[in-house]
Amino acid sequence: MTLILGIESSCDETAAAVVIDGRTMRSNVVASQIELHRQYGGVFPEMASRQHVLAILPVMQQALADAEVVWADLDAIAVTRGPGLAGSLLVGVNAAKAAAWMQGLPLLGINHLEGHIYANWVEAEGNLPDKQFPVLVLIVSGGHTELILMLGHGSYRRLGGTLDDAAGEAFDKVARVLGLGYPGGPAIEQAGRSGDAAAYPLPRAWLSGSHDFSFSGLKTAALRAVQKLEGAGNDEERRLTPGAHLPPAQIADLAASFEEAVVDVLVTKTIAAAKATEANEICVCGGVAANARLRHHFQQRSPLPVATPPLYLCTDNAVMIAAAGYYRRLHGEHSNLQLDVKPHLPLVLAQEA
Amino acid sequence: MQRTFLSASPEQTRQWARTLARHLQPPLIIALRGDLGAGKTLFTQALAAALGVTAVVTSPTFTLINEYDLPDGHTLYHVDCYRLGDAVTEAHALGLEELFDLGFVVIEWADRIDSLLPPERIDITFSDAGPQQRRICVLDTRPVGHDRLPVLSQECRQ
Repeated sequence: MTLILGIESSCDETAAAVVIDGRTMRSNVVASQIELHRQYGGVFPEMASRQHVLAILPVMQQALADAEVVWADLDAIAVTRGPGLAGSLLVGVNAAKAAAWMQGLPLLGINHLEGHIYANWVEAEGNLPDKQFPVLVLIVSGGHTELILMLGHGSYRRLGGTLDDAAGEAFDKVARVLGLGYPGGPAIEQAGRSGDAAAYPLPRAWLSGSHDFSFSGLKTAALRAVQKLEGAGNDEERRLTPGAHLPPAQIADLAASFEEAVVDVLVTKTIAAAKATEANEICVCGGVAANARLRHHFQQRSPLPVATPPLYLCTDNAVMIAAAGYYRRLHGEHSNLQLDVKPHLPLVLAQEA
Repeated sequence: MQRTFLSASPEQTRQWARTLARHLQPPLIIALRGDLGAGKTLFTQALAAALGVTAVVTSPTFTLINEYDLPDGHTLYHVDCYRLGDAVTEAHALGLEELFDLGFVVIEWADRIDSLLPPERIDITFSDAGPQQRRICVLDTRPVGHDRLPVLSQECRQ
């Protein structure tokens, strides 16, 4: 039995978790800064680092306590080294290095995106069936929209990704235009629940012949639709209170139509990529994988089994980092105390692609 | 030098960005302004490609700063201030000013950090002039001696 402590601090969440054999979650502690960012309507990289510093040790101790283990029970520490905000990543990496040195434990530097993928391998009971490689992975979040072919543990081929905005970023920006708040994904999902998804035919960028995505044009089209509905008015006032000039039913229709367009493209292109690569299964992960419309469309339309993590493992967490760490360790990998953060670390290095 | 002109399409904006790239020498700051969907990222993508970036240039909104190595050894920094709360304080804390002498620095939503920007730079403002058309206003505040920047043929009267 292998016990790994995972640590994650790449963006808004300070998280630690204990996972057994990469499959069974023993604890999952997340201290979120999302309230802070919601309150001020933006991210504060410097403030985020300070919040990570305050939270990291209590979060790690809580993860051990919840799992009912002590340091001596652990076999390794896995920590996110990138991609992410440098100042935030540093807090987790330095805490992990210090703990590994003090406790004499092996250290594993983990790619945050690989972590998201492994959210599909772990659950509370550890009863998920083995996956049949190759697995087609859609990573979809605020910062990423990528299609990856997973050939085996730790073996990836990048098929395509967004050419402009990530899907989650488009959600955030359109939510702001509609006056729905931050984070945009849940806000649009909630507003769109009562809306008609066919009310506004918004454009889909299919980019046929490639596995790439583009959401910039859709974002702009949604913005134009809002402006058209608002008609002529005081531009300065509109800039200060975006989206506040439309009746709730129109907001609901716009939110549903936008969400439908994003989901349609994601689902259609992912299924097409899975067929083209003869994948056996599809795994969806990242924050946008929590979207109910996305999950529903995948279940309705995919001829292949589609796995999505439980909602609490879609957003950033350390369970997924510990799980990824288990499979890295299984392949004899480990980092040393020179481990450094890599804010722009890709999942697949160019020479491997 | 200030010039305002019309771009008839995204492709024309791209072409102009490619032409512009031939007139630029680092270190250089390009401050981009304009609403969502105005074409800031589109402009940067074309500029980056013309400077020799082969990687896909995506929106830096989430990551705040993206870096691209150029064939001549310089670096292109693609910065986005959209998401920053208290943008001036946070951009300062991120060390944004340390980039200013290093290479090409393209800043989206630069109006949010006006007080941090050095006086010598190129300001480019995009505004709507139709569904596909954009009015592009270029203000070059660098001292004389730099290349005269190219403009599109459809120059407007200010």
